[in-house]
Amino acid sequence: MNGLQVEQLRFLGRGPYNFAVPAGSIFGLSGSSGSGKTLLLRALSDLDPNEGRVTLNGVCSSELPASEWRRKVAWLPAESLWWHDRVGAHFRQIPPLQWFNALGFAEEVVNWEISRLSTGEKQRLAILRLLQHRPSALLLDEPTASLDKGNIVAVENFLTTYLKENNGLAIWVSHDSEQLERVGACHYAMLLGGEMRKLR
Amino acid sequence: MNVIPLGLFELSLASLLVLLLAWLSFKHRLEIERPLLIAALRTTVQLSLIGLVLNAVFTTVNFWLVLLIWALMLAAAGYEVMSRQKVKVKGPARFMIGASSMMLSSFSIMVLILALVIKVEPWYSPRYAIPILGMLLGNTMNGVALAMNTFSTLAWNRRAVIEQRLALGQPSGEAIEDIWRESVRTGLIPIINSMAAAGLVSLPGMMTGQILAGNTATDAVRYQILIMFMISSGTGFGVILSLWLMRRRMFDTRDRLRMRDSFHVG
Repeated sequence: MNGLQVEQLRFLGRGPYNFAVPAGSIFGLSGSSGSGKTLLLRALSDLDPNEGRVTLNGVCSSELPASEWRRKVAWLPAESLWWHDRVGAHFRQIPPLQWFNALGFAEEVVNWEISRLSTGEKQRLAILRLLQHRPSALLLDEPTASLDKGNIVAVENFLTTYLKENNGLAIWVSHDSEQLERVGACHYAMLLGGEMRKLR
Repeated sequence: MNVIPLGLFELSLASLLVLLLAWLSFKHRLEIERPLLIAALRTTVQLSLIGLVLNAVFTTVNFWLVLLIWALMLAAAGYEVMSRQKVKVKGPARFMIGASSMMLSSFSIMVLILALVIKVEPWYSPRYAIPILGMLLGNTMNGVALAMNTFSTLAWNRRAVIEQRLALGQPSGEAIEDIWRESVRTGLIPIINSMAAAGLVSLPGMMTGQILAGNTATDAVRYQILIMFMISSGTGFGVILSLWLMRRRMFDTRDRLRMRDSFHVG
């Protein structure tokens, strides 16, 4: 099957998780903080020890070097951190100009100093940084949490366009069920014990 | 060799300087008089005892006795490196990482120097072997302790950044490369500085000793250059080896950051 397939996934005393996200679709996930949504995303990108099978388009995570897997199954943390002085140094390949424009930046943003960026700018640039390796599965941890209304719509449109053009899939964590509806996601809730229940 | 012997009375004159400093500290509440006096006492006792031991060892050229002394020196250096870490490796590796990397770098360089450069017969002659390992270990210990402490502390403090770099698909070596570079530098800068300043600002201890003992300055200089090369390379190899061993503890085979599992603070 094309897409992300999760079988008997266990990590940090949680699970087992069994679900599938077909290519081209978005899996919406909500739930109170502390229910373990972030832990699930981290396990899927193999950042925490885990057992079971996670496959992307038929390729199991253990068949690839960890770094290559994480470039395909890419986690966007809720808060992005930056370690070089300037934006551009965080990119191995600079994304196309229309990506910058779609998120409200001009191309010279690559020369900006990180210390000049607002929280919202960091969050939008973190999305570009994540997409530079053209991942096929996006693990989005509240990708619009600190954005204003206009930028929320811009990010939603940008991400859904990217997924459509690349036949990609996403797990989209959001507290906003209207947002999940706008991007056309199915909607699951994670309960406090870590169990997932379908809402829509 | 005809160095002027020091009497106990002359030594106690010098100790007055330390007492004066302690009194100054007490008077101005600098709170350094206690550690100062304890350290001065330790120097006196430790050096007097080692003097007795060395006198005995120098008269008998016994390989096993020399080996025992090397092992004790190494254990002391390993303990010192271990106790200078703020973010510590869990388990026996806490001691073994520092001790094994110092052993590999210091011992191999010492053997190389004794057997191939100085060509002393036999190569383990204590009159050469013990002071040379002492100088090597003393410097390597400082470098390794500084580098390991920098590495684990920075990796601990920046673990969230390292994880985000891993999440972006960087292999572990790349995700920690700036911390690695900074730690190697921190470990090597003192010895690089003292090589750069040697002869201009400072006359290193061993050279001073040889000159005081009546050797020609040219001979003393050659030995000192040898020592400088020896301790800088020994420090460098020891630092790189210890950080490499430490990095293996930081990540697992799937390049996951394991700071919380393998390290603890305090």
